[in-house]
Amino acid sequence: MPRVIHASGVRKTYGRTVAVSDASFHVDEGEIFGLIGPNGAGKTTTMECIEGLRKPDGGEIQVLGLDPFRQSRKLQDRVGVQLQLAQLQKRIKVWEAVDLWASLYRGKSVDAARLLDQLGLTEKRNAWFMTLSGGQKQRLFIALALINDPEVVFLDELTTGLDPQARLAIWELVCGIRTRGKTVFLTTHLMEEAERLCDRVAIMDHGRIIDMDSPEQLVRRHCPERTVIVETEFPEALGLFQAIPGVEEVQLDGNRFTVRGIGDLVTHVIHCISENRMRVSDFRTILPSLEDVFLKLTGHSIRE
Amino acid sequence: MLRSLLKLSWIEIKVFLREPMGAIGTIVIPVILFLVLGKSAGFNQPIASASLPVLVSLFIAINAVLSMVNIVSIYREGGILKRLRATPLRPQTILGAHILVKLLFTAISLLLMFLAGKRYLIFQAGVSIPSFACALLLSTIGIISIGFLIASIVPTARFAQPIGALILYPMIGISGLFVPIHRMGPIIGTVARILPMTYAVSLLNGIWNGDGWSHHLGDVAALVLFFFLFSALSEKFFRWE
Ligand SMILES: Nc1ncnc2c1ncn2[C@@H]1O[C@H](COP(=O)(O)OP(=O)(O)OP(=O)(O)O)[C@@H](O)[C@H]1O
Ligand SMILES: [Mg+2]
Repeated sequence: MPRVIHASGVRKTYGRTVAVSDASFHVDEGEIFGLIGPNGAGKTTTMECIEGLRKPDGGEIQVLGLDPFRQSRKLQDRVGVQLQLAQLQKRIKVWEAVDLWASLYRGKSVDAARLLDQLGLTEKRNAWFMTLSGGQKQRLFIALALINDPEVVFLDELTTGLDPQARLAIWELVCGIRTRGKTVFLTTHLMEEAERLCDRVAIMDHGRIIDMDSPEQLVRRHCPERTVIVETEFPEALGLFQAIPGVEEVQLDGNRFTVRGIGDLVTHVIHCISENRMRVSDFRTILPSLEDVFLKLTGHSIRE
Repeated sequence: MLRSLLKLSWIEIKVFLREPMGAIGTIVIPVILFLVLGKSAGFNQPIASASLPVLVSLFIAINAVLSMVNIVSIYREGGILKRLRATPLRPQTILGAHILVKLLFTAISLLLMFLAGKRYLIFQAGVSIPSFACALLLSTIGIISIGFLIASIVPTARFAQPIGALILYPMIGISGLFVPIHRMGPIIGTVARILPMTYAVSLLNGIWNGDGWSHHLGDVAALVLFFFLFSALSEKFFRWE
């Protein structure tokens, strides 16, 4: 598959702050690639180096075979960019912004009316930018990123500040971009978003990429633990659960057992329950998610 | 290229006119100043070595430049420039649109001033309004180049306009308007000679007093030169964020 983004050894410092120390990765055509990491990890810096908006201090970057810094205008014509922090002229109208952006690109641009409709902005087309709500501004910026039907779309925190409904609509939109064979590079704070959208994610912390793979693989690799919650009044349950192979910890809270372990834990617990004919009033399994991987790898939750 | 330039300019015009004080501040205030000064001191009385229309025209040009400095710094601080940069737009197109808009407003201001003062002004033989308007646009271009540099260097939007005013208005003081340059002494005289304001004053004054353009080719050349020089400098120092 053709490489769309190629970055190796990217490094960027601001004074004495090392924002990105050594980022290497690639993104293939038709892929949704996500960069996740806590605040200040260096995600925006990395993305903006790739977009040609910041000059890295070291390393090599190619996007669509172009040098984003030296061939910036050629590149900008073929990509779409949504910045984490951006503003427009206070009193520009929604339709004017979309119309202006459409005029900036050579050739093809998508149907602006349809795009506004997809993003739920039709009603606001005559509103001034300054009067839009945070989420509406965000959606407008996503519209601007898509107006030129780009080959690669960069979305920095695409659903920050959006309500659940708008978030779902935008997830659908992003999946639609992939269906049309385009490439998406996004950053997010929402693990659910990364899990649902991304084919591959890179976890970044302190300017370094710690690991990179599909969400499922990351979970399998870093969080083999399983958790089973059982509610039972069976007298010897604690001892029985503790004796299950692979169990690392059993917590008891009233008559609620939280069993943690690795390997085939769920099967073993079910087996133990049926063998001892326990009466069980609740049974749940908790599977680890990207969030757990994140916690484990960075040592802190993404929502600090 | 041209399409983007025109579209961006058109949007900047609309956005500017939607500002509550935008049009009044830059277009109408100079005209009011002109009328007030004219009524009290006489429309054709020379003030310093220039007549009132020349002085007010200069004020119009500086006003337009300061407004551009202000807008560019607000755009930078707000991240608007950065968002525009992430498109195929060239930086020159963005600045070009702002120049175009400011020149347009300068022309409108000038026109309003002449309309308001039509009954009072006595024109010298050989002076035409279009000719004077050309001189003013050229002067604005010369001065706007300094505006660029100020807009490129001043870090925050809050200070851009006051600093711009502090730099531009004193330039009038040594522009030859009040004291002829050859009487300023060698140091200030030299400083005056490397500032575009001096050439703007000379050109405007000359054209207003009925000189032919051929007498002022040097001023025109200097103003154009300043424009390119300062544009190049500001492109080098320009910060997008
Ligand atoms: N323009 C700048 N000047 C100085 N330091 C900066 C600048 N931009 C970013 N930094 C610093 O670089 C580091 C990485 O910032 P960056 O914005 O890339 O993080 P991020 O991962 O995008 O964070 P967030 O999740 O909050 O958006 C931070 O420590 C930040 O303070
Ligand atoms: Mg960021």
